[in-house]
Amino acid sequence: MSNVPSNLKYAASHEWVLKNADGSVTVGISDHAQEALGDLVFVELPEVGAHYAAEKEIAVVESVKAAADVYAPIAGTVTEVNQAAADAPESVNADAYAAWLFKMTPDNMADVDALLDAAAYQAVADAA
Amino acid sequence: MLKKTVLNDAHRALNARMVDFGGWDMPVNYGSQIEEHHAVRKDCGMFDVSHMCPVDLTGTDCRPFLSRLVANDVAKLTVAGKALYAAMLNDAGGVIDDLIIYFLTDTKFRIVVNAGTAEKDLAWMQAKAAEWKMDVTITQRRDGANNLGIIAVQGPNARAKVWQVLPQAKAAIAELKPFFAAEVDQYFIASTGYTGEDGYEIMLPANEAEAMWNALKDAGVAPCGLGARDTLRLEAGMNLYGQDMDETVSPLDAGLAWTVAMKDARDFVGKAALTANGQQKQFLGLILLDKGVLRGHQQVVTKQGNGEITSGSFSPTLQQSIALARLPLGVAIGDEVEVDIRGKLLKAKVTKPVFARNGKAVQ
Repeated sequence: MSNVPSNLKYAASHEWVLKNADGSVTVGISDHAQEALGDLVFVELPEVGAHYAAEKEIAVVESVKAAADVYAPIAGTVTEVNQAAADAPESVNADAYAAWLFKMTPDNMADVDALLDAAAYQAVADAA
Repeated sequence: MLKKTVLNDAHRALNARMVDFGGWDMPVNYGSQIEEHHAVRKDCGMFDVSHMCPVDLTGTDCRPFLSRLVANDVAKLTVAGKALYAAMLNDAGGVIDDLIIYFLTDTKFRIVVNAGTAEKDLAWMQAKAAEWKMDVTITQRRDGANNLGIIAVQGPNARAKVWQVLPQAKAAIAELKPFFAAEVDQYFIASTGYTGEDGYEIMLPANEAEAMWNALKDAGVAPCGLGARDTLRLEAGMNLYGQDMDETVSPLDAGLAWTVAMKDARDFVGKAALTANGQQKQFLGLILLDKGVLRGHQQVVTKQGNGEITSGSFSPTLQQSIALARLPLGVAIGDEVEVDIRGKLLKAKVTKPVFARNGKAVQ
């Protein structure tokens, strides 16, 4: 059974979003997503400073089975990437909520509040 | 409605991740695909391949029929039990399917064909038998009465594990050389496989398959899904029908020239087209030198023109991404080429189309 922490927000495209105190958000892929993909072997991260519209391809995660796009859950600018996740893609399988992928400054913080809560995302994951 | 093999309940009991594999509800993994891959290279794993279709041929014309039907030459089958890998071609020289032919007696052969192609293969065989007025009876053994299950047990310890579970068969199968089969009671046990490791493929009455699967599991054989089966065959440089070749691809352009017996006078379906067209492309391996993962359909940029990856993935043995690719003539092993991955050109090295066998990297 996949783990859906209640303190996070989610996109239907299987990203999780954590609001930070400094006004940035941290983004990763959900436990459901890592489980569906299987053993990850490659992570391609966005460039720091790049701006993305919501729902644009921003990163790529690849397992032995398949490549999957990661989408920007909200519009914003990338402020930091987690090189440790790219260096050890299996860390995303081990703990998808610890192995974050990147941080963004949202264009509009209200976009974050409009994302799915844990219960709504659980319903999406169950239907997938 | 997906088709199920006789082992479907066994997979679900093991919490397998099930996928639609060409209309079959099949396990892709039971946990970690990479661990399953390593189990086969280093110890022993097993696969449910009951979706593949055994086809029995009986009758006095088995040999002349097969001699015309496939591009490899069944005249090579002189010893009972010997197996032959062959491509069945259409008139244009494209590959209808790749299959394994087991020679049992001059009036009895068994063929194993791919799951997704079984219906068209059977229709083609029946049509050819009628057209050539051959005395051959073609009987599929996958569905309905008298159907068979198939369990592939692969890895350096596979033989010992099978002897433990089937002690009554040990005498008949212990010394089987690669690519042979022996019949013991209701079991048809072949030293064939699709992983590049030693092992057996066991065909048995479908209603006994689950008990055999569980006995092998209790003996310590790791259940492995189709995910690991794909990375193992890719490392071993074995073609996958539908990806590396299909009805539009000549076996000469798919690395299968070694299975095409062209030189003697024997005629076979597709021979005229192969003779007329010759080899147009080379089938070679790639190892990605940059970070990323090679996948089917990615374009390969070489000095001699563009080629295309037919199968690609991450190699758990090499810890690098590898691929099989159809490349222009003139590209040489050792050349550095570029692969277009999402618009970026990444460096790759051209290799022989084999990466790992018998537990070891061969690159």
